[in-house]
Amino acid sequence: MPGWTRHEGRALPLPLENVDTDQLIPARFMSAPRSAGYGGFLLHDLRYDSEGALRPDFPLNRPEAAGASVLIARRNFGGGSSREAAVYALVDAGFRAVIAPSFGDIFSSNAVNNGLLPARLPAEAVEALLEAAPLELAVDLDAGTITGEGQAHRFELDPVWRLKLVNGWDDIDLTAAHDEAISAFATRRRAARPWLWLATP
Amino acid sequence: MNGPLTLFDRLWSAHEILRRDDGASLLWVDRHYVHEGSHHAFARLAARGMALAHPALTVGVADHYVPTRGREAADADIARMIRTLEDNATARGFRLFGQHDPRQGIVHVVGPEQGLTLPGMLVVCGDSHTATHGALGAYAFGIGATEVAHVLATQTIWQRKPRRMGLSVEGRTGPAGGANDIPLNSIARLGADGGRGHAIEYAGAAVRALSVEGRLTLCNLSIEGGARSGLIAPDETLLNWLRGRPFAPDGAAWDRAAAEWLTLASDRDAAFDREEGLDAAESAPGVTWGTSPEDALPITGTLPDPERAATASDAARIRAALDYMGLRAGQRLEDVAVDQIFIGSCTNARIEDLRSAAAVLSGRRARVPGLVSPGSALVKAQAEQEGLDRIFVAAGLEWAGSGCSMCVGMNGDIVPPGNRCASTTNRNFRGRQGPGSRTHLMSPAMAAAAAVTGRLADVRPLLSGRDV
Ligand code: SF4
Repeated sequence: MPGWTRHEGRALPLPLENVDTDQLIPARFMSAPRSAGYGGFLLHDLRYDSEGALRPDFPLNRPEAAGASVLIARRNFGGGSSREAAVYALVDAGFRAVIAPSFGDIFSSNAVNNGLLPARLPAEAVEALLEAAPLELAVDLDAGTITGEGQAHRFELDPVWRLKLVNGWDDIDLTAAHDEAISAFATRRRAARPWLWLATP
Repeated sequence: MNGPLTLFDRLWSAHEILRRDDGASLLWVDRHYVHEGSHHAFARLAARGMALAHPALTVGVADHYVPTRGREAADADIARMIRTLEDNATARGFRLFGQHDPRQGIVHVVGPEQGLTLPGMLVVCGDSHTATHGALGAYAFGIGATEVAHVLATQTIWQRKPRRMGLSVEGRTGPAGGANDIPLNSIARLGADGGRGHAIEYAGAAVRALSVEGRLTLCNLSIEGGARSGLIAPDETLLNWLRGRPFAPDGAAWDRAAAEWLTLASDRDAAFDREEGLDAAESAPGVTWGTSPEDALPITGTLPDPERAATASDAARIRAALDYMGLRAGQRLEDVAVDQIFIGSCTNARIEDLRSAAAVLSGRRARVPGLVSPGSALVKAQAEQEGLDRIFVAAGLEWAGSGCSMCVGMNGDIVPPGNRCASTTNRNFRGRQGPGSRTHLMSPAMAAAAAVTGRLADVRPLLSGRDV
């Protein structure tokens, strides 16, 4: 995943609470390899009706949704399962940031591992953005700001998350430097608590 | 660390390899469970050309995609998912409880059952209900695929220390709802994101009085309240349950381990970042009515009215949930007819859960069809030895094999569109049990009551005079 520092793009409103990961990608799509592209699975069962026809009113199906890259939603976005495929679906559909008052914890760390910013804003700020959306926004990771069309909001970002997003890193890149400390810890732990180790099968 | 500590502090510092300047810690992972859904992580590892750091600390379990009705997978895609896990286990050299292993089951049932999860461990799995294992006094949490790849490659994980919440449950749980009603109650009160950023330690008389199986149910549902982990301090009840399990230590090692485990507790004057209390007596049998676990009510309740919601967004959410669920504002829960029931999942498919459902169903007929899927093949064998399978079948329910089954529908066990299912699972999200499915969460006894009456029903009258 290439890193990024500043992103400008169209922001879409998804004025829903508790958009859980089962909504973001229904389980039946998750056996596909990533190379298949997950963008088409995003919010599948909200975008299509039970006959498989597009719901024209759904925000992602409106004409202005084409090319959108920022999503604005209500509280507890990405709650539920640990499925990283929920993030793949957003990223593959072209999203770089989601703005909401709160996020599922696992979803947030999955997002950052895939170059997607979970930007937490106060509920009033989110309501203001929802009101104004769709709109063009600029998201700046260094400044911690979301601006555009008369809107200006600040968000907090964990410094490590910023580092990972800016460089497009995942944790394996960051851990390599600590090999020695890890093996020393493992040796001590195994000596003190041998019952934690299983015989290899 | 000085000063009084919480159990969580103790577990955290025992696993902390180092802490970076920015406050993130690198933690050692004692036990890493993988399942068919971990295929993205194995693919990432392969793409980087990396090996497993400690195959002996990795355990695979086939559960999400395994067939539970007959041995054949529903389609080629599903069969491929199961085979990929087997291939990875062989190539990477880790232990696997595969589809045909007599100890196969749902990862969060099998791990504790086999003594693969032990007190004092740090346990992770690419599945949010890993919180379940916290019932054994372990720090256990679910992770995403990138993190799974990281654990496979390094046996460690980066975490920022969560805040500590103490949730004290006093009083006594009723025999009917048991452990399932405590979290339904607390999630309804604190919200589906109320526990976000917290590790919850459950304590209090009602928690102490729970069996280990009840504690597993309680910790399992931590994630539905937004908490990534829940835990309970080890005690004699736990030691008695663990002793003699296949992968638990024995002899002198057991004595040493057990002595250490009993020291895993919060100091009496330890401070939590947040403390909440709950009275178990409030925990009348609960059911959910909407599409988030926070939409829970006592079975005696009536459906909320969006007109009376506190905010416009609450009103919109309630309206959307009622609409999806095919329900009316003000309707009595007990008047809601169900189309089918499901008893299973890592929340409620252990032997005690099956016993409590059987206690209701014994000598009765179900008015609606239903599926019963034990949490593991060993639970299934035990249930059959006790004759519980005959009670389910005599009631007209289907007795299936073990796996995630209708909890998530990945193996093809789904609730048809528009059908209403009384379910002992953990998520009532839209479409969770299949596209268009409508899920009401409840305890196994309550699901049995729904089977017998054909609607959402208070199980308590059905139990009067019965030995439970
Ligand atoms: S039973 Fe359901 S919640 Fe539990 S691990 Fe399986 S899919 Fe996840």
